[in-house]
Amino acid sequence: MVNELASGPEVSGSAARTGAARQGVSAWTVAAETPDPELPTLTLADLGILRDVSEAGDTVVATITPTYSGCPAMREMSQDLRHRLQRAGFRDVQVRTRLAPAWSSDWITAEGRAKLSAAGIAPPTGAARSAGPIPLTLGRPAAVTCPRCGSVRTTQTAAFSATACKALHRCADCREPFEAVKPI
Amino acid sequence: MNHDTPYDGLADEHGDDHRWAFGTGFTDPLEGVDTSVPDGVDAPALAAYCLMLGDDALIYSHRLQQWMTRLPELEEETAIANVALDLLGQARMLLARAGTIDGRTEDELAYFRDEPQFRNVRLVEPIDRDFAELVGRLLIFSTWRLALFEQLGNSRDPVLAAIAGKGVKELTYHRDYAAQWVVRLGDGTALSKQRMQAALHAIWPLVDELFRTHPVETALPSVAAAADRRDVDAVLDTVLATAGLDRPDAAALAGVGGRTGRDGVHTEAMGYVLAELQSIARAHPDATW
Repeated sequence: MVNELASGPEVSGSAARTGAARQGVSAWTVAAETPDPELPTLTLADLGILRDVSEAGDTVVATITPTYSGCPAMREMSQDLRHRLQRAGFRDVQVRTRLAPAWSSDWITAEGRAKLSAAGIAPPTGAARSAGPIPLTLGRPAAVTCPRCGSVRTTQTAAFSATACKALHRCADCREPFEAVKPI
Repeated sequence: MNHDTPYDGLADEHGDDHRWAFGTGFTDPLEGVDTSVPDGVDAPALAAYCLMLGDDALIYSHRLQQWMTRLPELEEETAIANVALDLLGQARMLLARAGTIDGRTEDELAYFRDEPQFRNVRLVEPIDRDFAELVGRLLIFSTWRLALFEQLGNSRDPVLAAIAGKGVKELTYHRDYAAQWVVRLGDGTALSKQRMQAALHAIWPLVDELFRTHPVETALPSVAAAADRRDVDAVLDTVLATAGLDRPDAAALAGVGGRTGRDGVHTEAMGYVLAELQSIARAHPDATW
């Protein structure tokens, strides 16, 4: 795991996904279907939390990255991944943490974004920023599109919400409050 | 699994499926991460440095947690809970990093060190007397820590660099939250302005300590990092100007024989934080639940 911290955000290659399949199902496919404990309509792959799955015979090493430093769901995810892979016939399952590069909401897949909207949660806007000191934000953040009615007449009511990854917003047209995944 | 009350279930042996509580075998937050110390890096100094940054986050997180149920609005409850959780996560990784070097677990480091062994800056120790002190201290702490972590992202220690790279994203939110409240209070009513100004005046003597270079940092060239005071001042001055507040002119709180928080010399408040943080773990050192 010497290069773990320096490696890129992509999975280690198609070889990892299409390697020794069990009953026609690769370890990647099994692991990728693990639901997120806090957003169960999305999978760990949808959220970009699952970074790598490598398999050799009965041994599988799955690598995940925390969305936030204090993410309390890391242990649940780790156990869920282990149980799923073991049920699929992989006897020796290891789950590892990868810290760098740090998780970005930009890694949520197109399918993940569609599932978020369908669940009434606005997907994140782009998180990428230019180099240099991080600018201070004193005004209100840019409006987020309402996942229920599509209006852009929305305001943020709180920068934090019930989980680390979301903020609270309100729509002026359909009058519903909604959550949005924060861009980080 | 049938129980007379839901609480009975908490006492069950859960096998691999432990609850999140002290003594139940937390997942190592660095599980699977290569924690070898790079060649030429002073390992004991690196451990001490990680303790400094980890203790800042641990003690401040606990102080923020003490605000739970006491904040004026539900939105502020969730905000401060999230800030405290982010800092606790940073603390866990930093203490775990220190522990990989000197052979201690994060629990041993958090619960079984005595006050002189803690290396946090004194800024994080006092209890906030009102909401203005809460957001004023959070503004100063997060502005300083963000500037520090932006530099630390280039550390020669890849673990420290990774922890900092992650923390930067979180601290950006903390700083914005605090800055917006300082502006709202400073630019609010006469009373809110007066209390915001008084809060800054009370906190200011602890700011100077953030920018002192400790010998442990000197022993870690290109591993340790420092926040540039000009960068921090530029942000604080922007917030104060927008809020219509004056930059306090208060003398720095002296150390004891020149020694301060980083040397294990703390304020009176520190013993009370540690008593609350550590007493259960120490009363029941082998407890699991």
